Amino acid sequence: MITKEEVEHVGWLARIEIDEKESDEYAEKLNSVLDYFGQLDEVDTEDVPPTYHVMDVVNVFREDEVKESMPQEVVLANTEHKKEGNFKSPKIM
Amino acid sequence: MVAWTDITGIRQKIAESSAEEVTASYLEKIDNSCVNGFVTTWDKALETAKAIDSEGQDGPLAGVPIAIKDNISTNGLSTTCSSKILQGYVPPYDAHVIEKLRAAGAVILGKTNMDEFAMGTSTESSYYGATLNPWDTDRVPGGSSGGSAAVVAAGEVPASLGSDTGGSVRCPAAFCGVVGLKPTYGCISRFGLISYANSLEQIGPLATSVADIATLMDVVAGYDQRDSTSINRENNYSDAIKDDVDGLKIGVPEEYFGEGIDEGVEKTVWDAIAKYEDMGASWQKVSMPHTKYALAAYYIIAMSEASSNLARFDGTRYGFRADGDNWHVMASKTRAEGFGDEVKRRILLGTYALSAGYHDKYYLKALKVRTLVKQDFDKALSEVDVLMGPTMPTPAFKIGEKIDDPLSLYLADVNTVPINLAGVPSISVPCGFADKMPVGLQIVGKHFDENTILRAAYSFEQNTDHHTKRPEEVA
Repeated sequence: MITKEEVEHVGWLARIEIDEKESDEYAEKLNSVLDYFGQLDEVDTEDVPPTYHVMDVVNVFREDEVKESMPQEVVLANTEHKKEGNFKSPKIM
Repeated sequence: MVAWTDITGIRQKIAESSAEEVTASYLEKIDNSCVNGFVTTWDKALETAKAIDSEGQDGPLAGVPIAIKDNISTNGLSTTCSSKILQGYVPPYDAHVIEKLRAAGAVILGKTNMDEFAMGTSTESSYYGATLNPWDTDRVPGGSSGGSAAVVAAGEVPASLGSDTGGSVRCPAAFCGVVGLKPTYGCISRFGLISYANSLEQIGPLATSVADIATLMDVVAGYDQRDSTSINRENNYSDAIKDDVDGLKIGVPEEYFGEGIDEGVEKTVWDAIAKYEDMGASWQKVSMPHTKYALAAYYIIAMSEASSNLARFDGTRYGFRADGDNWHVMASKTRAEGFGDEVKRRILLGTYALSAGYHDKYYLKALKVRTLVKQDFDKALSEVDVLMGPTMPTPAFKIGEKIDDPLSLYLADVNTVPINLAGVPSISVPCGFADKMPVGLQIVGKHFDENTILRAAYSFEQNTDHHTKRPEEVA
């Protein structure tokens, strides 16, 4: 069971603001899904390796060559919040 | 106005008139749409068609109109994942598939509606409102690529691209009575596809015929260095377009006809399998014992990957930004206001499943179950050439019927998600009707054996007329 307090904590970890009224509703809906997930407990996975990827692609390397990249103004074109060629955000600390 | 036709028919029309005229007639049809399948139409479509005419472009899709799901990046054309958080975002680059389509001469008509961030089975969670099923506008078109399927079924475009993380191409193809392919993981570059669950998803084509699917695959599939999971392997998909299933061995997983299956769907699919027998194929029952656990494993993995992939939408570099006097507050408010309920639920559950104390219980457990599901496929597909069953357990449901109960919506994906966990290819083809709504037959193949499922699907089409049926108002 996920509690209201846990919902608020997870919301903070995920940077999604959740007010007290919402956390009740989230807890209820999330718990019905978590209950369903609980059925995996009945599967014996002793000695079963996890599958992160279905293809046996391990590391993919490319030559370390200098290539042209996107112009700075193009990268910044999708925001109004910019200053001197950088993204501008509120203070982080 | 253009009549419902396939790519070959369109090319003929272009030869008789022009790409510009054909594009104009499709745009007119979209203007009078009754399905709300497009989020954006491209204001340069006519200009592009005109240039194709004047340059005498002779690519395999020269002048052919196509629609693109709103989570595939298109340079200069708004791409929002049908979410408020990406409102106004215009990608500065093309996805690999878009580069390929443009080079082949295709004319992009616009971006199609979807469940927000591809998280859904009904296209109801879009910020731009629900897309309607052209067969019955009280019903959902399926999802998450509901727009891409509905516009093809409504004759507003001959073909489209969608993406399939857990059935998002095959489900709407089945619900709207069109053909949809989820290729083998690694076949089509994901460069420029806005990630939801990157270890599961593939871009896939939707069209009115299997031959068109092969034509599209010949254009968009192939190796791309910018996707580290792209597989370098040559294939000619159109070679598969042969009417021949003599000796084909079909496996029918009993688990795909489990609890909750609609009687009409069940009968329609068994009739299709009987048809294959008439055509010279043979079938046998196979067992995929871990199918019942695939859904839970799929959702845990998809949500976990989503919680990480969607971290980039924080209001800093693009899209919607809420006010806040420090970055954390700004980001938390941006995400609270910018994401819809289902996206937030999945991010929260994914964050929870990966958090200290729960990682092993949920995420690691799901990855181990994924191994067992994949082994089911390896074993079954060592005994038979293809697997067949219903794409969806029911016909399209009513709008509003399931949207308030997330779990009931998840359960609709029971036959499609195992395929993504295993990474194998799968196609949905129209195989008849139940409750006056289209039913999809799902044909699953071995890794990189798209040609066998395309051949099986094409042969079925040649020997039946289900795919020629049109919804009334667009006949």
